[in-house]
Amino acid sequence: MCDSCNCGGNTPPTVTIQKTGPHSNHSSSRKIVVEQDILCKNNSQGENNRKFFQQQQILTLNLVSSPGSGKTSILERTVRDLHQELAISVIEGDQQTARDAERIQATGAPAIQINTGTGCHLDAEMIRRALPQLNPPPHSLLFIENVGNLVCPALFDLGEAAKVAIISVTEGEDKPQKYPHMFRAASICLINKIDLLPYLDFDLALCKELALQVNPALQFFEVSAKSGEGLGAWYQWLRHEFSHCHHH
Amino acid sequence: MHEMSIAMSIIDIALSEAEKAGAQTIDEIEVEVGQLAAVMLESLRFCLEAAAKGTLTETATFTLINIPGHGHCLACQRDVAITEFPAQCDVCQGFGVSITAGTELKIRSISINGDNNGREE
Ligand SMILES: Nc1nc2c(ncn2[C@@H]2O[C@H](COP(=O)(O)OP(=O)(O)OP(=O)(O)O)[C@@H](O)[C@H]2O)c(=O)[nH]1
Ligand SMILES: [Mg+2]
Ligand SMILES: [Zn+2]
Repeated sequence: MCDSCNCGGNTPPTVTIQKTGPHSNHSSSRKIVVEQDILCKNNSQGENNRKFFQQQQILTLNLVSSPGSGKTSILERTVRDLHQELAISVIEGDQQTARDAERIQATGAPAIQINTGTGCHLDAEMIRRALPQLNPPPHSLLFIENVGNLVCPALFDLGEAAKVAIISVTEGEDKPQKYPHMFRAASICLINKIDLLPYLDFDLALCKELALQVNPALQFFEVSAKSGEGLGAWYQWLRHEFSHCHHH
Repeated sequence: MHEMSIAMSIIDIALSEAEKAGAQTIDEIEVEVGQLAAVMLESLRFCLEAAAKGTLTETATFTLINIPGHGHCLACQRDVAITEFPAQCDVCQGFGVSITAGTELKIRSISINGDNNGREE
C-alpha cells in the first residue's frame, strides 16, 4: 500500500534509501526508490467509489465515446423506456454547459452536471464529490456520461462496474483500431445510429472484426437511439447486470 | 490531453517523497512509461516542464524510461514483442495475446540533496 493514498494495491512501501554521495551529515545526495504508480491516487479513489456502489447495490456504467456518438440520446431513451422498472440517475461530464444534464432531467431522471473546464476526462474524485449532491438511491442504476473523448477517459477508473464504449456508424469502421486503449478498457460496445446504415458505406461486420482484434472479449449491441431499433437487447443486458449486482 | 494530469500526478508524488526525505533540491526524477501505456513521451515531457514551474522539481532532470511492450500468445504459448495494439502474435498472427509488459506508468525513483536529519521517523 502506497503511503500517499492508501491504495491497497501491490505498490511496495516507498522510501528505500541508498546513499550515493559522500557520507556527510549535511547535503548528502541520495536516490530514493519510489516505485509508485502514477495513477495510484485516482485508482484508489476509484476503488473507494466502487466499494460504495457495491454496498449500495448501485450498478454504475461509464459511457465513453467521441463527441456526438449519441451518449446523451441513448441515455434519454433508456431512461424513458426503463424508469418505470428501475431507479436511474445520471452524472453528466462535459467541458462546458449544463445542456446534457438538462436533457436528462427533462426525461424525469435526476441528473447532475460536472463541467471539467479544460479537462478532457472525468476522474474518480469528481465522482466522489458529485455523489452526495446527486444522492443516487440504493438498488439503482447510475450512468456516468464521460466527456466526449476516445483517448483520456480510458486511463481513469471512476469505480464503474463497466465502461460502455459507443461508436456511431457515421464515424468509420476503424475507430476501435485508431483508439485501441478505449476499446480495450471497455467491455461493452454500442454501435449507434444504425437507422443511418442505408445511407452509408459503413461495414458493420468489419467494424466488429477490427474491434475484436483489439479486445477479443468485447460484447456488441447494434442500436438506434432514434428509431429504438436494437435497444431491447441493451435493456436485457442492463436488467441482467442489475439483478446480478443485486445478489452480491 | 491526459498527459497534463499525469504530469501533475508525477510532480505531486515527487514533491511529497522529497518532502518526507527533507530534500532541499531534486536532481532527477525517473519515470517508467510503458510503450503500451497510451502516453506520448514528447507530450509528457512538455507537460512536465510546464507543471514543474515554481516547484522544487523545476530544476530536476526528468528521465523518461520507455518500457518495451511484451505479451504472451495464448495460442502458441510463446512470449512475443508487442509494439502497438491490436496485440498480434508475429508467429500465428492471432490476436489472443495477454499483455505482460509495456503498460507501466510509474515513478521509479527520485534523487535528492538535502538534510538527512530531523525529518525521518
Ligand atoms: N440518426 C440518428 N441520429 C442520432 C442517433 N443518436 C444520436 N443522434 C444525433 O446525434 C447528435 C449527437 O447526439 P448526442 O446524444 O448529443 O451525442 P453525445 O455523444 O451525447 O455528444 P457529446 O455529449 O457532445 O459528446 C444529435 O444530433 C442526435 O440527435 C441515432 O441513433 N440516429
Ligand atoms: Mg452528451
Ligand atoms: Zn501465436
